[in-house]
Amino acid sequence: MAKKFLFVNRKAPYGTIYALESLEVVLISAAFEQEVSLVFMDDGVYELTRGQKTDGIGMKNFSPTYSALGDYEIKNIYIEKESLDARGLTLDDLQHLVWEDEDDDWAEKDSIHLISSKELAAVMDNQEVVITF
Amino acid sequence: MKLAIQINEGPYQHQASDSAYQFTRAALAKGHEIFRVFLYHDGVNNATRLAVPPQDDRNITQQWTKLQKEHDLDLVVCIAAAQRRGLLDEDEARRQGKDANNIAEGFRISGLGQLIEAGIEADRLVVFGD
Repeated sequence: MAKKFLFVNRKAPYGTIYALESLEVVLISAAFEQEVSLVFMDDGVYELTRGQKTDGIGMKNFSPTYSALGDYEIKNIYIEKESLDARGLTLDDLQHLVWEDEDDDWAEKDSIHLISSKELAAVMDNQEVVITF
Repeated sequence: MKLAIQINEGPYQHQASDSAYQFTRAALAKGHEIFRVFLYHDGVNNATRLAVPPQDDRNITQQWTKLQKEHDLDLVVCIAAAQRRGLLDEDEARRQGKDANNIAEGFRISGLGQLIEAGIEADRLVVFGD
C-alpha cells in the first residue's frame, strides 16, 4: 500500500543533525515504494544550496546525495518562495534536481517546484503522513 | 483508531517525552490501538535503564516499561540514533565490542524502516518534539 509521505525540512544543513537524518528517512521511505514529496522551507532551503564545503567544520558534506533523489522516484521537491526571498536566495543558488521520465523516453524533468506559502498549505493538506525535521 | 507515536526528544529536558507517554496512555485508555512507539533523535535516551532520577521525580523509562508490559506495546529505538548516543542492547554491545548495555526492558532496537512502516500501517502518526 502506497501512502503520500511529506518530509518537511526546516533547518540548516549543519549545526544540527536533522537535515542528515531527514535525508536518511527519505531514502528509506522511497525504498518502501511510497509516494514521497519533500518541502524545503525556513533555513531548510540552505540544505539544497550549491557549492557546500564542510572541511572547516569537520562534517561530512552530504549535499551531493540530493542529486540521487530522482533515482528514487522522488519527483516533487517543493521550495517555499517566501523562505528563499527572506534569505536573498533564488533557485539559481540551489542544486538543479531532476528525475527521468520512463514514459517520455527518459527525458529529464525538473523535480523542484517553487511555490508560495499558500500553495504549500494545499500541498500539505493533500498528504497522509507528514514528518518534519 | 490505530495510532503510531514518534518521540524526538530526550527525557527530563523537554516536555515532549512526557507528553508522548501521557498521550499514549490516554489513547489506550480510550480504547485506541497503538501500533508502535518509535524513539528517534534524542528520543532514544528515553530507553536507558541506567538513568537515576531523584526519588520524588517520575521515572520516564520505567513508566514506558510498565505501560509496555500492560499493553504489549511495540517500543522501538532507532538504531542509527541509538548507536551515535551510546544506547546499546546486549546483542549490539557484543557486536560492537562494548563492555556494557543499557536498553531498558520492553524496548527493542531496530531501523528507520520501522518508522516508515508505522506511517503506512497507522491511521495517524503523532510526532512529539520540535
